[in-house]
Amino acid sequence: MSTTAPPAKPAQAAPKAGQTDKRFKILDITMKRNHYRQDALIEVLHKAQESFGFLELDVLEHVARGLKLPLSRVYGVATFYHLFSLKPSGKHSCIVCTGTACYVKGSGKIVEAIAEDLGISVGGTTPDGQISLATARCIGACGIAPAVVFDGEVKGKLDAPTVLARLATLKDQQEA
Amino acid sequence: MDLTELKALAVAEKAKFKPLRVHCCTSTGCQAAQSLEVKNNLAQAIKDKGLGDRAEVVGVGCMGFCGRGPLVQFAHDDQLFETVTPDQAEAIVDVLAGGEADLIKGDPEHPFFSRQFHIVRKNSGNINPDRIEDYIAVGGYQSLYKALFEMSPAEVVAEITASGLRGRGGGGFPTGIKWATVAKMPEGQKYVICNGDEGDPGAFMDRSVLESDPHLVLEGMAIAAYAVGANHGYIYVRAEYPLAIQRLETAIKQAKRYGILGSQIFDSPFDFKIDIRIGAGAFVCGEETALIHSIEGKRGNPRPRPPYPAQDGLWHCPTLINNVETYGNITAIVEKGAAWFSGIGTEKSKGTKIFALTGKIRNNGLIEVPMGITLREIVEEMGGGVPDGTIKAVQTGGPSGGCIPAHLLDTPVDYDSLTKVGSMMGSGGMVVMDTGTSMVEVAQFYMDFCQEESCGKCVPCRAGTVQLHAMLTRLLKKQATLADLETMEQLCYMVKEMSLCGLGMTAPNPVLSTLQYFRSEYEELLQPMPTMPDNHALTV
Repeated sequence: MSTTAPPAKPAQAAPKAGQTDKRFKILDITMKRNHYRQDALIEVLHKAQESFGFLELDVLEHVARGLKLPLSRVYGVATFYHLFSLKPSGKHSCIVCTGTACYVKGSGKIVEAIAEDLGISVGGTTPDGQISLATARCIGACGIAPAVVFDGEVKGKLDAPTVLARLATLKDQQEA
Repeated sequence: MDLTELKALAVAEKAKFKPLRVHCCTSTGCQAAQSLEVKNNLAQAIKDKGLGDRAEVVGVGCMGFCGRGPLVQFAHDDQLFETVTPDQAEAIVDVLAGGEADLIKGDPEHPFFSRQFHIVRKNSGNINPDRIEDYIAVGGYQSLYKALFEMSPAEVVAEITASGLRGRGGGGFPTGIKWATVAKMPEGQKYVICNGDEGDPGAFMDRSVLESDPHLVLEGMAIAAYAVGANHGYIYVRAEYPLAIQRLETAIKQAKRYGILGSQIFDSPFDFKIDIRIGAGAFVCGEETALIHSIEGKRGNPRPRPPYPAQDGLWHCPTLINNVETYGNITAIVEKGAAWFSGIGTEKSKGTKIFALTGKIRNNGLIEVPMGITLREIVEEMGGGVPDGTIKAVQTGGPSGGCIPAHLLDTPVDYDSLTKVGSMMGSGGMVVMDTGTSMVEVAQFYMDFCQEESCGKCVPCRAGTVQLHAMLTRLLKKQATLADLETMEQLCYMVKEMSLCGLGMTAPNPVLSTLQYFRSEYEELLQPMPTMPDNHALTV
C-alpha cells in the first residue's frame, strides 16, 4: 500500500523553527498517512488547524512543501473555506448558529447581545484572548433553535441572558 | 458470508434483544439536552432495580420530535416520554416495571407521528447506529445481497428507473436516468459520491439520516456502485456534523470487518470501498461540480455543465452523485420492488420526502411524509400550528427556495407544485414564519447568506448578490425609491439567468417570491413621499 508513496522526506528542507515543534510532527504523520496525496490537502489543513488552532504562514508553507503544491494553491484553499482561520482564535469559542430556524427564533439578538457585552464583533476575539465570537450557517440543530456551540458543545433553546451568563462562567473558570 | 449466514446473524441478533427495550435518542439535538446522561442514568436505574435480565436501554438515532427532546420510548408498547431530564430516569424505569409516575408523556398517535410514512427513516429511532449488528438484525444488507446475486447491474438500474425516484437533494432529477448515464459510460474507473454537504440553513434531514442509520446509506451506495460499475465511493459530509462523521467512520469500519465493504463483497467479484471526505464550511460545495473539486482537494468552485459529472466527474472519470436521502431510498426499492415504491406519492413525484419542520411552530422536528400531502396538513395537523399568532408563510428550499404565503397552504408537496408557486422542494427545510416576521428582512437574511457563500467565480452571482443585498438594506432603512425596487427586480432576473451554477441561479428566489406574494411590505418601506405639515399646523 505505502510502497508506492512518492519518495517523501518529511523533514526535507529543514522547516526552520518548527522542526522541534511536536505539532509539525503530527502534521507530517497526517501527510504520510495520506500518502502525500495532493487531494488530501483539505484533510491535512483540518489536522493542522486542530493542532495549531489556526493556520499560520509557516504551517501553510510546511504543508505546501510536504504535498509538493504551490503555496498559492494551499493559501487559496485555506482562504476559500470558512472553517479555516488564518488568525489566532481565543481560548474559548462561542459559535452562534444563524441558520434560518435560529434566525426566525431570534439568534440575531443573541449575537448583538454578545457583541455588545464582550465589545467585539463577529469573527473577533476579546482583547484578553479568552473568547472568540463566530456565527455558523446552520449547525443542523434546528429542532432546538436558537442554538449556540460553546467550545464544541451544542446548547439549544437559548436566549441572550442565558448565553451571557454561560460566557461569564467560561471567563470565571479561566480566572479561577 | 452468504445469505443464510446473514439471515442467521439477523435472527441471532434479534434474539439477543431483551423483551423490554428502552430507546433513548442520542442524536445531536437530544445530546445537546443531556440525553447521554439520561441514557446512563436509565442503564444505572435498570441495574439498581434488578431488571437487568429482561430490560436494556439502547442509544438510538433520531425519533424526529427534536423540539421536545430528549426523547425516550419503550419499544414494546410505544410509550413515549418527552423532555426527559437525567433525574427522571428512575421514574421511567418504574413505569417500565409497571408502576406509575408523573412524567411528560408524548402521544405516539398524534398526527405528527401517525401521518408519517417511513422509508428512509424506517430504522431511525429503532436501532443503535453504532452497531452494524443492529442494522443486520432488522434485515440490513440483504438488499445488497439480493442485488449482487439475483440481479444484473442493468436490472438494478431498470428497477430504480421504474420506481420513479427523483433526486432528493433539491433538483429532483430522475435518479434512474443519472444511474443509466454512468452505467453506459465505457468500462474503467468510475466513482460513486454521496452528497452529505447539507448547507441549507434550516435543514437537517441528512444529518439525522447519517447519525441514525449510517449503514442504510452505505448499503445504498454499494448497490449504486454495483449498478453503475464503480469500485470506489466517497461520502462528503459537512464538518459541522461531527457526530455524523464519527458514526460513519464506525459504520465503515464495521462493514469492512464483516466483508460487506472492501474487496470481494459477500465473496462475489464485486469490490467497493468508501472514503469519507470532510467539508470545510462552504455552501457552494453542495453543487455537484464544486463538491467534486473539493474532494480533489481544491477550492470548491463550480464549473459549467455539460459535461455532467456522469460523463466527466471526479478526476475526469464518470461519477455518480446522489444525495444522502436518495441513497436512503435504494435499499427499500431493491427489497420491495419498483411497483411498491411508485405506488406511494403522486404521479410525478414518487415515494416520500423528509422535511425539517422548524421555525415558529409548535411541533419542531423531522417528518417523513408521502409526496402529495398538502402544506396545510403538515403545518397545521402535524406541526400543530403556530404557538401564538397566525401563520404568515412557509419557507421551503432554503436560500434557493421561496416563501409560500398562508393562502396557498393547500398546495400539495411535490416537486412540480412547489416550483409552480415560486418555491422549490429543495433538500427539505421547511421554516414556518408567523405574522411577526418581516418578509423583507427574511429576503435580506437569505441574500446576506448568498453573497457570503458566493464562490466568486462568475460575476452575476459575485457582484449581483452583493448589490441585491445592498438594495435590500437600503430598502429596510427606508432609503429606497420605487425606481430602486424596479431595478432590484430586474437585477434578480439577471442574476437568475446568467449565473454559472445553482447557487446564483436560485439566489434571487427568496426576493422574487416575497415580492410576488408580499409586495405591499416592500412598498411600505419605500421612501415616503414629502410629508405634509402636521395637522395642527393646518387647522390653525
